[in-house]
Amino acid sequence: MINFQYLRTTTAKSAIALLVKDKNAKFLAGGTNLIDLMKRGVTAPEKLIDINHVPLKEIKQVGNKIHIGALASNTAVADHVLIKEKLPLLSWALQAGASAQLRNVATVGGNMMQRTRCGYFYDIEMPCNKRQSGTGCGAMEGFNRMHAIFGTSEQCIAVHPSDMCIALVALDAEVVLASTKGERKMLFKDFHRLAGDTPHLDNNLKADEMIIGLEIPINNLAKNYHYLKVRDRASYAFALVSVAAAFEIADNKIIDVRLAMGGVAHKPWRLTASELFLRGKEASLNNFEQAAQLAMKDAKGFGGNDFKLKLAPNTIIEALNLAKSKA
Amino acid sequence: MEKNMLKDENDRVDGFLKVTGKAKYFAEYELPGLTYGVLVTSTITKGKITSLDTKAAEKAPGVIAVISHLNKPSAAAYEQEGGPQMKIFYTDKIFYNGQPIAIVVANTFERATYAASLVKATYAKETFNTDFEKALKDPKAKKFQGQADYKRGEENAYKTAEVKLEERYFLPIETHNPMELHGIIADWRPNNQLTVYAKTQGVKATQGTIANVFKIPIENIQVNSEFVGGGFGMALRTWPLEIATVMASKHIGKPVKVVITRMQMFTMVGNRPAAIQTIGLGANKDGKLTGITHRAYGETSTYENFTEGVVNMAKFMYQCDNVNTSYVIIPVDLGVPIWMRGPGEATGAFALESAIDEMAHALDMDPLEFRIKNDPETDQQKNKPFSSKNIKEAYKIGADKIGWRNRKNKPGSLVEGPWQTGYGVSVGVFNANRGKASVKGILKADGSLLLQSATSDIGPGTGTGMTLIANKLMNIPVNKITFELGDSSLPPAPSQGGSATLSTVGSAVNDVCVALKSTIAELAANSNMDATANFVDVLKKNNLPQIEITKESQSGKEKDSYSMYSFSIHFVQVKVNSLTGVVKINKIVSVGDSGTIVSPKTARSQMVGGAVGGIGMALTEESIIDHRYGRYINNNFADYHVPVNADVPEIDVNFINKPDPYINPMGAKGMGEIALIGFSAAVANAVFNATGKRIRTLPITPDKILA
Ligand SMILES: Cc1cc2nc3c(=O)[nH]c(=O)nc-3n(C[C@H](O)[C@H](O)[C@H](O)COP(=O)(O)OP(=O)(O)OC[C@H]3O[C@@H](n4cnc5c(N)ncnc54)[C@H](O)[C@@H]3O)c2cc1C
Ligand code: SF4
Repeated sequence: MINFQYLRTTTAKSAIALLVKDKNAKFLAGGTNLIDLMKRGVTAPEKLIDINHVPLKEIKQVGNKIHIGALASNTAVADHVLIKEKLPLLSWALQAGASAQLRNVATVGGNMMQRTRCGYFYDIEMPCNKRQSGTGCGAMEGFNRMHAIFGTSEQCIAVHPSDMCIALVALDAEVVLASTKGERKMLFKDFHRLAGDTPHLDNNLKADEMIIGLEIPINNLAKNYHYLKVRDRASYAFALVSVAAAFEIADNKIIDVRLAMGGVAHKPWRLTASELFLRGKEASLNNFEQAAQLAMKDAKGFGGNDFKLKLAPNTIIEALNLAKSKA
Repeated sequence: MEKNMLKDENDRVDGFLKVTGKAKYFAEYELPGLTYGVLVTSTITKGKITSLDTKAAEKAPGVIAVISHLNKPSAAAYEQEGGPQMKIFYTDKIFYNGQPIAIVVANTFERATYAASLVKATYAKETFNTDFEKALKDPKAKKFQGQADYKRGEENAYKTAEVKLEERYFLPIETHNPMELHGIIADWRPNNQLTVYAKTQGVKATQGTIANVFKIPIENIQVNSEFVGGGFGMALRTWPLEIATVMASKHIGKPVKVVITRMQMFTMVGNRPAAIQTIGLGANKDGKLTGITHRAYGETSTYENFTEGVVNMAKFMYQCDNVNTSYVIIPVDLGVPIWMRGPGEATGAFALESAIDEMAHALDMDPLEFRIKNDPETDQQKNKPFSSKNIKEAYKIGADKIGWRNRKNKPGSLVEGPWQTGYGVSVGVFNANRGKASVKGILKADGSLLLQSATSDIGPGTGTGMTLIANKLMNIPVNKITFELGDSSLPPAPSQGGSATLSTVGSAVNDVCVALKSTIAELAANSNMDATANFVDVLKKNNLPQIEITKESQSGKEKDSYSMYSFSIHFVQVKVNSLTGVVKINKIVSVGDSGTIVSPKTARSQMVGGAVGGIGMALTEESIIDHRYGRYINNNFADYHVPVNADVPEIDVNFINKPDPYINPMGAKGMGEIALIGFSAAVANAVFNATGKRIRTLPITPDKILA
């Protein structure tokens, strides 16, 4: 094993101080992604700053928002009564992810920061622009069944693998970030990036920043919602395609609607055009189908993932159907 | 899950040890001075090593030795010409990507792992091919006959039948992936004395292989393998990595432990090879089969040939006067395959049992009815009666329990929202093997019985089965019987494979018990005791602390007179989501027809495990290679999808439980393989019944449903 220094800290301030001191330092949260990447030789930090003892685990309501600490475990968030009652879409999305054991240690911050599951990225003997710039994209003409159909670049067609983040982007969450210069907020939808010509960057977190938590506005989407994850086995598998769907409905008219997709892009993919179309319309199968078609504009397959061009709209329709029939 | 029909279920004799963590697996042995080996693997697929720089690794902290073809320790058999091509460290040739090329030994596992990353190889690369489809199409590719062509009656008779079909089926590589990682601890002592703690399905086989390679007397080698955390066939041979570990121990004079990584499980310990099969079926309009042609192509390696019984079933499973089969193996630049649960037959049954269903559909017949109509009374291949076969009864039990009457013959008839429901059936069959084994029985005056045999238990519950056989014959309570296995110094027994252990070793247990009983009866008679006297009293009266008998047992003439097979029927009900392509198995009914059920609880576990393996084969498991590089893409448990609990519905296990009058004294036939064989076809057939879509390429993933 490549040696590294293990540091433990109990405040966000000291964690950030340690981070900026060393270019090659990384935060260690649940470790469920970072340790795997270290074992595979994909990353080799010289310092691990264990932030598990930093008190950022709280889940609470402040005014009209739910605040979630970056170190709350995926299980703690999914099971919290506030989340189940006010943001059940988030609870469902979390429970669709990984396995119970992983969710028990995985944290909110770590989940947002988790890296793609592209097999070429994980195998240091293979070409991968994300891991090692300029080596080429192994997936482009290789095994790309799991890969993106939206917003792809010539350099990288990987997907962001998180389930939680799909719900968060749908729920208009905000991310609270901190650095030595203080705190700032960022819309969740702006947190992750497309690969573009910087495939090595997954998100817009700056090198000297720490994720402190999330703020999510309370909404009227707790009745008609569904997180539908299509995968190769019934649990403990990443999404082929997933859809977070929620709407507020009155007299069968859609007042507010949120749609986001996972497993299709380098970032959580919000379906703005489909939402716009559905708003004010009847919650009917016909409208769902049209919304799904609108979502597919600009979709592009790479051979192995061509089936997503059909699966994605189908999953949108089915998620909307299931959200409608909830009540 | 439903309760078994059989009563008097006994727990596993080692169940307590297993669930409390007290059962000791090979990697858990802590020998004094133990060192740790990590294998360095090739990163090219074919060619030669031109240089190997081990300097940095040798200098790394804690490193004791780096062993490779540059400093190979002596291994007598490898120094000679001929023999296997893959002589580890005795060749600079690369046969596949991920082949072990060096072993780094250090005083901790972490240090060995790090140092292994410092070994740098350069290669002379050659062009290669890992793509089986491509090899099949390539006229220049080598092809070998895997089994003699078979012909009964007219060849390709299906072509002129009233109703005919010809279809092609593809099975990808599957990897066994037992939970326990493979490896070995080797402790080579002065005077060529060797003790190993192995993960093996055959302690005698491991002993023999090592003795052969190093040319040391068999008695010098002690192999221990009491508990095995799953094998499914991958531990049926001693792999190069194990020889490398023994070499390392010999070289440094210390015990060395190697436990390979999950990724290395894909390249060092075999797999179920990919197969391409075509089935031609012909029938008359009344639904009688008139021709069966089964042609199979199986994958093998370039350095060693591997064959399995892919086309066996077609020769006797159905009444048909015209049958022909062929089986050809084609080398690709991958590691050599090995038998995986239901070897060959599971591959063949997917194709044959899918085709049978397709034919029933073409005839507009109920596939169950079609099978019954073509069920043979005798084995037409061997021209012998079956020793026992209760398939029709099994069909009936299964059909009732799955609710076959609710099935509609027209596909796509049962629809509820996006969900389509379908029913499928298939049959599985495997040779009812019985080999030769010895068992020692020690009957003691304290009322206990100790039984010993160098057999293995990779999970089926061998000790439990043997204990119950003795318990029944001797009337000694189960907790007074001990069955020892997994130790090469015990009386010899074959490896645990081919569903033969219960039949083979159980027969020897039977014979030992019978002999012990008659010895006791004699002793009783000689000492004027009642013939029914308790053995404890008889031994005491004769001042004997114990009596000891060893018996060797094997099959006899019955083998020539009867065709002996175990059978299984699998019924599944599936739901398929027409929008998302998700297939959900809703219910499973499996019926085993394998003679007497000796140990109901572990027998049931076998059937459950087989069904779960079958779900994997049908729906989720596939080892994916990027053929441009010859490397596996999904070589980990996140991406190689073994079924999880959520994929597994209620499994209703049933047994015919009628003794086979000929096979062995217990009337019991093996069932490890039939638990899985055929299962994947039942799922494919159910998916067809649900959707009208015939999927001939496994696994049946959502993309294939939507295609
Ligand atoms: C087998 C397997 C299956 C999985 N399946 C799924 C799935 O189906 N769906 C799904 O959504 N996820 C899945 N996951 C991924 C899992 O959700 C992530 O691994 C997990 O959420 C990461 O959280 P962590 O706390 O363990 O992060 P760590 O591994 O500790 O950290 C990950 C990264 O985040 C950084 N980081 C952590 N906290 C902060 C912070 N507060 N500020 C800044 N940076 C930070 C770390 O430095 C590191 O780079 C799976 C994982 C595995 C191993
Ligand atoms: S898709 Fe991205 S992560 Fe995957 S190989 Fe290409 S560059 Fe690497």
